[in-house]
Amino acid sequence: MKGFRFTYLVCIGLALVMCFGNVAIAKKIKIAMVTDVGGVNDQSFNQSAWEGLQRAQKDFSIKVSYKESRQDADYAPNMETLTDAGFDLIWGIGFLMGDAIKETAQINPDQKYAIIDFSYGKDTPKNVVGVVFQEEQPSFLVGYIAGKLTKANKVGFVGGIKFPLIEKFEYGYMAGVKMANPNCKILSQYAESFTDAAKGKAIANNMYQQGADIVFHASGGVGDGVIEAAKEKGKWAIGVDKDQNFLAPDNVLTSAMKRVDNAIYDMARKLKDGQWNGGDTVVYSLSNDGVGIAPTSGKHVPANVLAEVDKLTQKIKKGDIVVPATKTEFDKFKF
Amino acid sequence: MTLDAAALKKKFLSGSIGLTLISIFLGFALGAIVLLAAGFNPLEAYWVILKGIFSRPKYVSYVIIYATPLIITGLSVAFALRTGLFNIGAEGQYIVGAIVAAAAGYFFKLPLILHVIVAVGLAIIAAALWGGLAGYIKARFGVHEVISTIMLNWIALYLSNFVVTLQAFGKQGTGKTYAIQSTARINLLSDWKISEAGIEFIRSHKMLGDVLKSPINVGFIFAILLAVLVWYVLNKTTLGYELRAVGFNPHAAEAGGINVKRSMVVSMLFAGGLAGAAGAFQVLGVSHRIAKLAAMEGYGFDGIAVSLIGNNTGAGSVFAGLLFGALKYGGSKIQDAMQAPTEVISIMIGIIILFVAMPNLIRLILTIKANRASN
Repeated sequence: MKGFRFTYLVCIGLALVMCFGNVAIAKKIKIAMVTDVGGVNDQSFNQSAWEGLQRAQKDFSIKVSYKESRQDADYAPNMETLTDAGFDLIWGIGFLMGDAIKETAQINPDQKYAIIDFSYGKDTPKNVVGVVFQEEQPSFLVGYIAGKLTKANKVGFVGGIKFPLIEKFEYGYMAGVKMANPNCKILSQYAESFTDAAKGKAIANNMYQQGADIVFHASGGVGDGVIEAAKEKGKWAIGVDKDQNFLAPDNVLTSAMKRVDNAIYDMARKLKDGQWNGGDTVVYSLSNDGVGIAPTSGKHVPANVLAEVDKLTQKIKKGDIVVPATKTEFDKFKF
Repeated sequence: MTLDAAALKKKFLSGSIGLTLISIFLGFALGAIVLLAAGFNPLEAYWVILKGIFSRPKYVSYVIIYATPLIITGLSVAFALRTGLFNIGAEGQYIVGAIVAAAAGYFFKLPLILHVIVAVGLAIIAAALWGGLAGYIKARFGVHEVISTIMLNWIALYLSNFVVTLQAFGKQGTGKTYAIQSTARINLLSDWKISEAGIEFIRSHKMLGDVLKSPINVGFIFAILLAVLVWYVLNKTTLGYELRAVGFNPHAAEAGGINVKRSMVVSMLFAGGLAGAAGAFQVLGVSHRIAKLAAMEGYGFDGIAVSLIGNNTGAGSVFAGLLFGALKYGGSKIQDAMQAPTEVISIMIGIIILFVAMPNLIRLILTIKANRASN
């Protein structure tokens, strides 16, 4: 009997806690995100997204949360779980969630959703916003820096999985290298993974042995290995998504930043101000500071090269240079 | 009367079901300690999990959806284990089944029910051959099935990733294949759900509408039928008798006139086919396409745990699969509700499985020892 009474009390206690808990936060705006299988600590864009949400939490006093996915089949149920939890806006981080978000959004037309790296174009449901980045632009700029600074006339690119999204990094980078240094050779390889750091290290080591002295990666967690290889061999690596200089301050030359955090922060502000606009796609580029090169670039890149990069940035913003994002565009690109 | 009850209780606790239930309880208890150590209130966490499983009809339906592939891969592992083979390859066989089902579902244009039968049938055949290959090279060349199936898992994974890149099959820019035709789907009312009438219905009918929000499909019914089939084949047929005899003691079985090599191949064919069916139902009922995999998804590996928890039987796999599905689905909810990192959930689930598997592991070790001694 005693045991029973105790359980009873615990239940009442829990129920009370839940009731009051709900009352206290009822008025706040709530935003949550679903990560892809990389998880929230991936040193890359999931983490960047979460940082953006945390910043929004601090500045706008909203409530934020996240839910990690462990397999493809988790995306839709994770969306559903957060929908039930009563969040005002639910983010899907990564284009792999494209189908899951669309399907969930169609069944729950009163719930707001947004997705990073995916555009539904004309078919965007009224309760969804797509957010895409012009990754080829910062890749072009870091490529230009690599082309200018290589002493071996040979640079490398390590990609994650060969998705068109990652090819935007690859061709943007290649165009930048060729623009700076038409005779420079470019080694390019995909790791077929976004998580296997050991593989990234092996590929980068191989490139350094073949004579490359700068390697740019667009490969999420694989890049940790690339940067480690640069550190051990005393060569240069170029980071991606975030400013990755902190991972190896003497060996990360610069980073092609993709400000997922800014995009998410921006959206939180719009939601708070009542400017949320469903059924649309937002494009982030150099022009609205959605992408760029790392602020720490000045540490290793000479001022005259950075000045040239600034000029190129202006040209890209004006539309005088349209950076190639695919193989076809790259082949047609005039240097 | 009281004496009888006590005797009954003792019998129950020392029986396999009793041992399993004790293990589950112990697992939850230790999981609570881990949660406490990580700074989370275990009572609250378990309450969140319970609510996350039972508080809405939709959640129950999601648990069933999560459990379906695990039940079937559990059956696959269980079937092979009964013949003394450790089918670590359920993962790869699952992937092969998924590839074939997705391809048959997309490329063929067939009428409603026939399309499903063809897609599932082809998936089962392909995965059976994939599994049977491991059985064959064990029987023919003596290559241990654990080694060969692990290798075959990786081949299946990269084969799957390669197939997704093919122009005709993979949808450019999505990292996924084209969705299967609607005739190949085993979902209930999937088109109607997103029509205006459907959305209206979901809004106005709380219970039913809620269930409809999950991708409900008939895969679970097939999983139960397959469990019955496994039970029937193993316990009621000559073939099953032979397979089990080989599992108990291959030398005695051979002396008794059973073709041990043939049994190995047949057992792996069956096991492969089952895991392939799991992949097929997952594609036809839930994902509708296959995606590039950054890593193994673990349906086959979870099947090993399900089989162990279920005592390598058909019915056991169904219940263990449901438990596993519930923990996988409900367990993840402590993340968004309490901000507990997934690692804690994984540790918790791992401990439960460890305890659940312990009596059987011990039993397994004992049987192997007994077999060695008798040899």
